[in-house]
Formats: sequence, C-alpha cells, structure tokens
Amino acid sequence: MEILQLDFYTQAVLSLAALIGLTSFLMLGQGRLLRLVFVFALQGLLLTLATGLAAYTLDNQHLYISAALTLALKVIFIPWLLRRHVLRMNMHRDVEALHNKTAVMLGGASLMIFSYYVLLPVISNTTTMMVNALAVSLSVVLLGMLLMISHRQAIAHVVGFMSIENGLFFAAIVSTRGMPMVVELGIAFDVLVAAVLFGIFFMHISKSIDTLDVDMLNRLNEVDR
Amino acid sequence: MIPAYLLLFVPFVGIIYFALAGHQPQVGRINTWFNAVALVMSLWLAINVLNSGAILSGSQYFIVDSFNVYLIVLTAFVGLTTSIFSASYMAHEKDLGKLTDKRLRLYYSMYQGFMLTMYLVLTTNNMGIMWVAMEGATLATVMLVSLYRTPESIEAAWKYFILCGVGIAQALFGTILLYYAAIQSGDAETALLWSVLFENAAQLDPEILEIAFVFMLVGYGTKIGLVPLHNWLPDAHSEGPTPMSAVLSGLLLNDALYAVVRNKMLVDGATQSHIAGYLMMGFGLLSFLVAALFLHRQKDIKRLFSYSSIEHMGLMTFAFGIGTPFATFAALLHMTVHSLTKSAIFVTVGHAAQIAGTQSIDRIRGLINTQPKVGWGLLIGTLAIAGFPPFGVFVSEFLVLLATMHSYPWLTPLLLLGIGLACAGLFRNVQPMVYGARPEGQQPVQANLWPVMIHLALVLWMGLAVPGFLANWFTQATVLISGSAPL
Repeated sequence: MEILQLDFYTQAVLSLAALIGLTSFLMLGQGRLLRLVFVFALQGLLLTLATGLAAYTLDNQHLYISAALTLALKVIFIPWLLRRHVLRMNMHRDVEALHNKTAVMLGGASLMIFSYYVLLPVISNTTTMMVNALAVSLSVVLLGMLLMISHRQAIAHVVGFMSIENGLFFAAIVSTRGMPMVVELGIAFDVLVAAVLFGIFFMHISKSIDTLDVDMLNRLNEVDR
Repeated sequence: MIPAYLLLFVPFVGIIYFALAGHQPQVGRINTWFNAVALVMSLWLAINVLNSGAILSGSQYFIVDSFNVYLIVLTAFVGLTTSIFSASYMAHEKDLGKLTDKRLRLYYSMYQGFMLTMYLVLTTNNMGIMWVAMEGATLATVMLVSLYRTPESIEAAWKYFILCGVGIAQALFGTILLYYAAIQSGDAETALLWSVLFENAAQLDPEILEIAFVFMLVGYGTKIGLVPLHNWLPDAHSEGPTPMSAVLSGLLLNDALYAVVRNKMLVDGATQSHIAGYLMMGFGLLSFLVAALFLHRQKDIKRLFSYSSIEHMGLMTFAFGIGTPFATFAALLHMTVHSLTKSAIFVTVGHAAQIAGTQSIDRIRGLINTQPKVGWGLLIGTLAIAGFPPFGVFVSEFLVLLATMHSYPWLTPLLLLGIGLACAGLFRNVQPMVYGARPEGQQPVQANLWPVMIHLALVLWMGLAVPGFLANWFTQATVLISGSAPL
C-alpha cells in the first residue's frame, strides 16, 4: 500500500513513530548530559503530540487526560528535575567519553530490526501501521536498555529508564488507544514516585561516592577479593 | 468482599499513621497490631471463600478465589510474625545508633506500604493494576534497602531499583500486548480483567499471547529472581535491614510468581500448547542449579540464604512449568513451606548477625554456645530448608521429584544433583557457625524467637501431615490452575 493512500491520522502516527525512534538514537550517541535531557524532553513532546492526535481523531476524552499527564510529567517535570540535578552537581560541562560509539549505534540498528522480527507474527491479523508502531515502541524500549548499558552516568540511566516508559506508553496509545484510565493513572503515579526517588538517590550516591559515575558502584561482588 | 476492602484499608491507614508517628517508643508493637488486624481480615476473607467459593467484587475490580486466598493468608501471617521480630530488632538497631527518627518513620511507613502493594497484587482482578502494584512494591522497598546509608547499601538499592524497574517494564509491554489481543474481540473497559480474559481465553490470538508471555516471564521473573536476572536479589537482601529480607524472601518472590502463574493460565487457554510451561521449566531449572552452585561461594550469611531463596523459587517455577495437577499441587505446597521456613531463617540470621556484630560467615562462630535458642533455631531452620524429613520442604520437594519422574524422567537426575549441591552448600557454611566454642566478646542479645518457633512448628506439621482444610484448598487451587485434581 502506498503511504499517500492512508488517511491523515495513520500517516501522522507513522511519522511520529519514526521521529520517536530517531530521538532514541540521538540519545544513544549523546555524551553531554544537558543535551541528553533535552532530547528526552523532545521525545516526551512527540509522545504528547501522538496522544493528543489520537484523542482528537478518536474523540476520546480520557486520551486528552493522558496527553496532559504526559506533557506534565515527561516534558516538564522530569526533564526539569534532571536538569536541576545536572546543574547542581556541576556536571553540565562534562562530556562523557562513550566507548565504541560505532558499535553501539550498529547495535541499536540491529535491535530495531530485531523488534520487527519479533513482532512479525502479529502482521497476520492487523494493519501495517500497527506493526510499525509496535515495532518502533519495542525498539525504543530496547534502545533505552542499550543507553543504560553504554552510558556510565546515573543521570543517563534515569533517562534510559524513563525513555523505556515512553516506548511502552507509545505502544499503549497506538495499538490499544490507551489502557483503561485507572491503570494509566496508576502507571503515571509510579513514574512520578520513581522520578522523585531517583532524585533522592542522586543525593545519596554523590554523598557516598562523591560522583554519579556508576562504575564506582562496585563494592558488592560475587568474586572474592 | 468487605474483608478484602478492609484488608487494603488497614495498611493504608498504617502508611499515614507511621509517616507521622513512626519514631515513638511503642511503635514496633503498634506495627504488630496493624498486621494482626490484617491477619484477622484475611482469615475472615478465607472463611468466606471456603464457604461460598470464589468471590468477584461488584465492580469486578477484585477477585478472591482458592488460588490467591491462601497466599493472602500466608502474606498476612508472615507479615505479622516478621513485624513481631522487627519490633525488637529495630529497637536494638536504634540503640546502636544506626537509625534516626526520620528513618524509623520511613521504615515503619514503608513496611505497611509494602504490605499494601502485596495485598493489592494478590486481590486485584485487573492485570494492569497488578503491574502497578508490583512496581509499587519495588518503590516501597527500595528506600528500605538503603536504610543504613552505607555505600554498600546505596549501591544495592540502586541496583535493585534499576534492574527491577527495567525488568518490570518488560512485563508492562507484555500486559499491553495482552490487552491488544483482548480488545480485538472484547469490550475495552473489561478487557484487562483476569476473570473476563480467563473465560474468553480460547478466543485470544495465540501468537500474540506467546510473545506477551515471554515479556511477562522476563518482567515478573526479574522479581522472582530467576537466573540470569537475579543479580539484584542477594545484594538487596544482604544490605537491607533483616526484617525486610524476611518479607522480601517470604512474600515478594511468591507474589511475583503468582503473577506469572495467573498469566500462564491465560496463555495456556489461548495457545492450547505447552510453550509457556517449557519456558518456565527452562528458566526454573537454570535458576535452581546455578543458585545451588553459588551457595558454595558465599561469604555473607544473608547472601547465603538469599541464594537459597533463588534456588527454591527456581524449583517452584519449574514445578508450575510442568503443569500437571500433581506438580502444581507440589508447587503450591512448596510456596507455603518455603516462605514460612525462609522468613523464620532470616529472623534467626538477623539475631545471629546482631550477636556477632557482623554478617561475615567467617566471623560468626559458636552460636549454640553463645545463645542456644538462636543457634538451634538457625540449625533447625537450615535442616528444614535443605529438605530433611520430617519437615514440609521435604514433602513438597519429594512431590516435585515424583511429578518430574512421571512427566520428564530424564530431568530427575538434574533435580537430585541440585538438591544435593544445595544441601552441601548450606551445611558447609552453617555448621561452623552454630557449633564450636564461643568467641571472645560475643554477647547474647535480647531476642524474641516466638515467630521462628511458630513457623518451624507449622512447617513440621505440614511435613508430618498436611492438615485437611489446607489440602482441600491446595486441591481446589490445583483444579483452578491445571484443570483437574491431583490424585
């Protein structure tokens, strides 16, 4: 099917899916923390757009609430919190040296192909849009994990963690028009609490090991030393 | 349904009460009372279910059937006995100056918060809420792991937070796929309700559900502590306060397994194949064997017993994976006896560590000579968990072995090997700790060992003869899970 033959909503969701996937790759190669947080906020904004669009097209009241929650949490509150921590700990000038950038990027690309491969069985009974959207959201989840593996800063880990949530949320919006309201509120509550706890942990970690480099968290070990 | 609502309401009040007044002198006893009330509610609920069968609340948000009701009672019971232990333990820690008022408030408030999430996981009928509550359990306990604020405990808590958070995100993806499969044929509002899904399981798309189950198993499996997703578990158990280790081992792991089994029931109904069972058997057996080997290399007494938890959770996952009525019955029994025995062991371990002033196995010596009750408690608990007759763990492990011989005879040697390895691993470490002369400077501590005695007596009772009403419960749950009665 030609993409131009699809209706406006489908085309828009597909482009947004592509952009969300792109932001995940941008984060993967980003060594500066402030820019990382900025790209994360951008991803949240794209997610808000997708949700708002879905709410408008499907004329669904509770998706508007979801869009508002996403805007408040993922675009404003969490990026603001992370930015404040970066500035307070004076890390905004540091550039994290990422090892094997090429390998990580290639790994990310393979993860995306892998997501399509995993979700192939779904193709038999659904539309092209659904498969693309589900595959992109799964790859955002996997890329979030790769981000956590390849970066060493605790703040980058939190960004990875939250971007995994973004991927899941996108899957829920596009494939199922959002989870039931009570579940969505529960998830938003969990994300909020997690964000606050992460902030507390930053303080504890930097107090105890004087840095947020998680490589320094290496006291607990199976190997006898 | 009233007792179920009250059961959720009591710990909710507890969270608020202890957040305000958790530093006062009598607070340990009040915490015990809160848990005692919850236990009464759970028993009331159990009697209702026993008399009238499964209960679905009016709004369909809660379900209590023979499978979860006994886990609810078990959760409330272990919560109560651990809170009795925690009262004297935390008082001692406070005397040592390890804790401030603020941290005590956090501890007691989150103890109740953890109980609330556990009851919610067990009673909810909505698979989405189940996920939310499971994540809530991580959030409630993560600050407790780092309660002492040592660099090690902060590292353990960070690891726990990140690994469990990422892991459980996979379970959410699985839940979304499940919901996606369900709304193809059903109404969007009720599509995530377990009771509705279970009724219409045959109409769900088997291929989507297979993919969904892989994600759920990885996600909730992280919380069960299945190898290779287990790294957080020994760290979190060894660095947190000991009452927390007892409830994590005795309750959290069980409830995560409960979530997996609930999902497995749906997937089995949809696929009409054994794919979910094979996955669970593989993961379970791997965890069982790897953890049994790791028992031999431990230097820290709490890490030792947390590996023993991984080993037993692996065995239960394996048994649920076999899926025959006989194996399911064995797994249900094993869930009960393991969580009773393991929480009893963690109570004695907590006292042992306070006596010796360290958690290092090399430096805990001569416990029986120092404080006979603690020493014997640890020794008998270890005997029970290693699977010696006449304790309940022996019976359930024996039943798992029989079920394996019946369905997959070629796997039996691996199970026997694992049991042998685990037994050796436990005793080479526990024996020098309990026997021998009393080292200098090792003083008895004030210890309340009633919880240990009650737990071990119950495990012994279940080893000698599983009481009729309990066997009846297990049989009903087995019928629900596997479709037919065990015998």
